[in-house]
Amino acid sequence: MSEAVLRPARVALVGNPNTGKTALFNALTGSRQKVANYAGVTVERKEGFLTTPGGRSLSVLDLPGTYSLRARSPDEAVTRDAVLGRLAGEAEPDVVVAVADATNLRLVLRLILELKAVGRPMVLALNMYDIAQRQGLRIDLDGLRAELGCPIVTTVATRRRGVRELAEQVDALIASGAVAHENVWREPSAGEIRSAHREAQRILKTYVRPPEHPDTITGKVDAVLLHPVAGLAILLALLFVMFQAVFTWAGPPADAIEAGVAWLGAQIGGLIPDGFLGGLPESLIVDGLFAGVGSVLVFLPQILVLFFFIILLEDFGYMARAAFLMDRIMGGAGLHGRAFIPLLSSFACAIPGIMAARVIDQKRDRMTTILVAPLMTCSARIPVYTLIIGAFIPDRVVGPGLNLQGLVMFGLYAAGIFSALIVSAVIRKVFWRGAVEPFLMELPTYKLPSPESVLRNLLLRAQIFLSRAGRIILPLMVLVWVVSTFPMPPEGATEPAIDYSIAGMVGQAIQPLFAPIGFNWQMVVALIPGFAAREVAVAALGTVYAVGDAEANVGALGARLAESWSLATGLSFLAWYIFAPQCAATLGVVKRETNSWGWTAVMFGYMVTLAYLASFATYHIAVALGAG
Amino acid sequence: MHDMLAAPQGDAATALTPPAQLSRLKAGDRGVIVDVRRESQHRDHGVDDAELERRLLEFGFVEGAVLEVLHEGLIGGDPIAVKLDDMRVALRRRDAADVWVRLEPK
Repeated sequence: MSEAVLRPARVALVGNPNTGKTALFNALTGSRQKVANYAGVTVERKEGFLTTPGGRSLSVLDLPGTYSLRARSPDEAVTRDAVLGRLAGEAEPDVVVAVADATNLRLVLRLILELKAVGRPMVLALNMYDIAQRQGLRIDLDGLRAELGCPIVTTVATRRRGVRELAEQVDALIASGAVAHENVWREPSAGEIRSAHREAQRILKTYVRPPEHPDTITGKVDAVLLHPVAGLAILLALLFVMFQAVFTWAGPPADAIEAGVAWLGAQIGGLIPDGFLGGLPESLIVDGLFAGVGSVLVFLPQILVLFFFIILLEDFGYMARAAFLMDRIMGGAGLHGRAFIPLLSSFACAIPGIMAARVIDQKRDRMTTILVAPLMTCSARIPVYTLIIGAFIPDRVVGPGLNLQGLVMFGLYAAGIFSALIVSAVIRKVFWRGAVEPFLMELPTYKLPSPESVLRNLLLRAQIFLSRAGRIILPLMVLVWVVSTFPMPPEGATEPAIDYSIAGMVGQAIQPLFAPIGFNWQMVVALIPGFAAREVAVAALGTVYAVGDAEANVGALGARLAESWSLATGLSFLAWYIFAPQCAATLGVVKRETNSWGWTAVMFGYMVTLAYLASFATYHIAVALGAG
Repeated sequence: MHDMLAAPQGDAATALTPPAQLSRLKAGDRGVIVDVRRESQHRDHGVDDAELERRLLEFGFVEGAVLEVLHEGLIGGDPIAVKLDDMRVALRRRDAADVWVRLEPK
């Protein structure tokens, strides 16, 4: 078995969506996994390793689910190219494992016929076999094995049943010296799809006896969850619970993380002798690096809570139902029903939201979703909104249970959602000339989520967020520190140090551009470091107005702002923050996900334009009403 | 072969009901798909009719499949959820116009 020592044999998992393919991948490879992107495309590449009972090492690729090798989305194109051995930087698989939901064989049989045409050695894994047995579904395994000409293993991935046998079958197939036949696959025409369906139907009739007790639970649950009125009410209630959880559960750990990182930074800063090199190294560590780490980590609790719900609902099979319920409402604005999940995530942070847009298989729909995701009010805007509302909006009761400050906050959220709908409708008209792609979506059978898979997925999301966001935010925070520190103030300077820095000079130079929207030069200076992340603007305003530790002392900063700004200026600043792309990390992720500077520029351009127009209108209307 | 006019007319009951477009069906309607065509009236799909036909076929909207409309959305009864043989599929009415169904008499 010398060749096994040289390189692991390559196995590719291929199957329809919702067949438990990823669960099988997890059961096979356990924690020996690595996640990356395929070269040049933003499709997750999940590879895992295992050693078979026979001692052969295998490298397993979990390929995106598909109904056909005739790919319609970037994800499906990866599956097709990987199977055909056409993918740049990937060798063709030695063995293809076709993963099928044993209770739903019709469509996968057609895919298997396509895979047979490709000619690579293949093993069929009939997953969820326990459910098939419970339903009284009978499959003539020997007959099917002879018909398809490939080994068949029955598995229950969530209970690790059949996983060892699957590894043994793959091992045996390689050991038997099975080699690939000639690849005769080509993109099927409509007529060929029809005849493949007939062939699949014939195989199904011959070897599978329909279930004696078919699943009735899904139908009963759907009668409630897809009810036009009750279903929407349940969806809204679920959203309400999710938001409550995001903001209440995530609050204490977020505060603890922020305090912990700041404390650690201060401790390490304290190790450096006071005045060493003019205090620069200490400032870089405390204000640059640790503030940067903190600004990434502080979002982690919210993202974990949000993704916990999303993964749970996805595994249960509910997310496709949510997309069904929301499709018409969002479709009116030119959005896909599936855009619902990414936009929901964007209320915590646009970065995971934009990454979650990968669930949308149509390129145009996905692009529209990415472009409007940052308009959702992310949690980094909350500190800014809280500061300005606290300073300028009176804490007054305006109706039963209605507080004016709360009402303004609600208005800011609503403005974000409303403008996202309008912008996506405009994007569809301008960029896609009104085209709306077909919307076809399987509604999977409901299943109880497995705690292990939820946990594993959650850790994966956290890891991806930290590496994506960290790689962008950290260097940026250091850059922002540099431009707000150098050049240093002259001896005997009376103004805050930032006024003498590059940021200060640029801010004062471009202030005339912002004069029409009522911004003074201090605000413009604060916007420059605030470009790193929205909430940084609070600390930056504290710096330019020389209010020490502004984040812990919001009241003092608010009072200072209230005496320096007019009400019109305060409102204009709020309007700016609804739209402005004050988050370089989001732009970085958009560049990564769209693989295009052009789309990133489109996003930056439209957001700055909207922000300027909204602030201009707000400022001048407020001045006209006597709030100048 | 998927021309419904040429299809053999089996028992008298089904022969009496003319095929209907899936896009016009209501929740509770059941029947058998008799034809999947490529003549969509929408010109703004972003994909051509032949591509829409293939996508429908790949999801199992194929002649002979048994279909039942299960649910309709709140606004304009759109999208619809259908049971298609053993699986459930959601689609918009505008994409369903090319699927012709011979309804079971109620």
